[in-house]
Amino acid sequence: MLKITRKDYESLCHHGEETYPHECCGVLLGQMDGDVRSVAFIARCGNTRIDSPQNRYNIDPRELVRIQREGRERGEDIIGFYHSHPDHPAQWSPTDLAEAHWFGCSYVITCVEKGKAVLTNAFELTGSDENDKKLVDEKIELA
Amino acid sequence: MTKIHIPTPLRQYAGKQAAVEVKAVTVAEALSGLVSQHPDLRRHLYSEDGKLRAFVNVYLNDEDVRYLQKEATAVGDGDNISIVPSIAGGR
Repeated sequence: MLKITRKDYESLCHHGEETYPHECCGVLLGQMDGDVRSVAFIARCGNTRIDSPQNRYNIDPRELVRIQREGRERGEDIIGFYHSHPDHPAQWSPTDLAEAHWFGCSYVITCVEKGKAVLTNAFELTGSDENDKKLVDEKIELA
Repeated sequence: MTKIHIPTPLRQYAGKQAAVEVKAVTVAEALSGLVSQHPDLRRHLYSEDGKLRAFVNVYLNDEDVRYLQKEATAVGDGDNISIVPSIAGGR
């Protein structure tokens, strides 16, 4: 389960509206307690896929190193990521799964239709390694 | 000692630690020390041919070692190595 405040939830939805028709992306930081991931901080990121931003995203690892360091200073871990699908369902794609490597973390996807965020879903990356990984539906609880 | 920061998905293979300290003079030696202490990490970091997996980024402080001397990059006391799996995707 992903616990997130309404304010943070709306923030990640709005990010997708702001970058439409391109995909937005960002990092979720907070705490993990068993199967519950609680968001304490949202870090917006740039999308380095300037070659194909309408259907691809990539977060610069250098940006992630900084976000991770700043999170450590606040006592937070990276617990997930979010991105948007412009005019496309809020469902993970084969590309999303192929490029997912943060097991135990949440992958949040927002469908942004004609510039408006219409649906957000979350998925947990499960499995033991690259051979058996799966993205499974995850409940979002708004606090 | 060099500190290696372990990303959340790999901590279960590193004794649940967020960071591991190793004595090393290069990035290669540091990572070798890490997998010696925690052998279960090896298959998550390296493919069967012994190379770092393409989606595993290794940063020395704020620099990607690919743009330094790769795994031959020198490390010293107080240095921080971050293991950062890629984050990407799209519809």
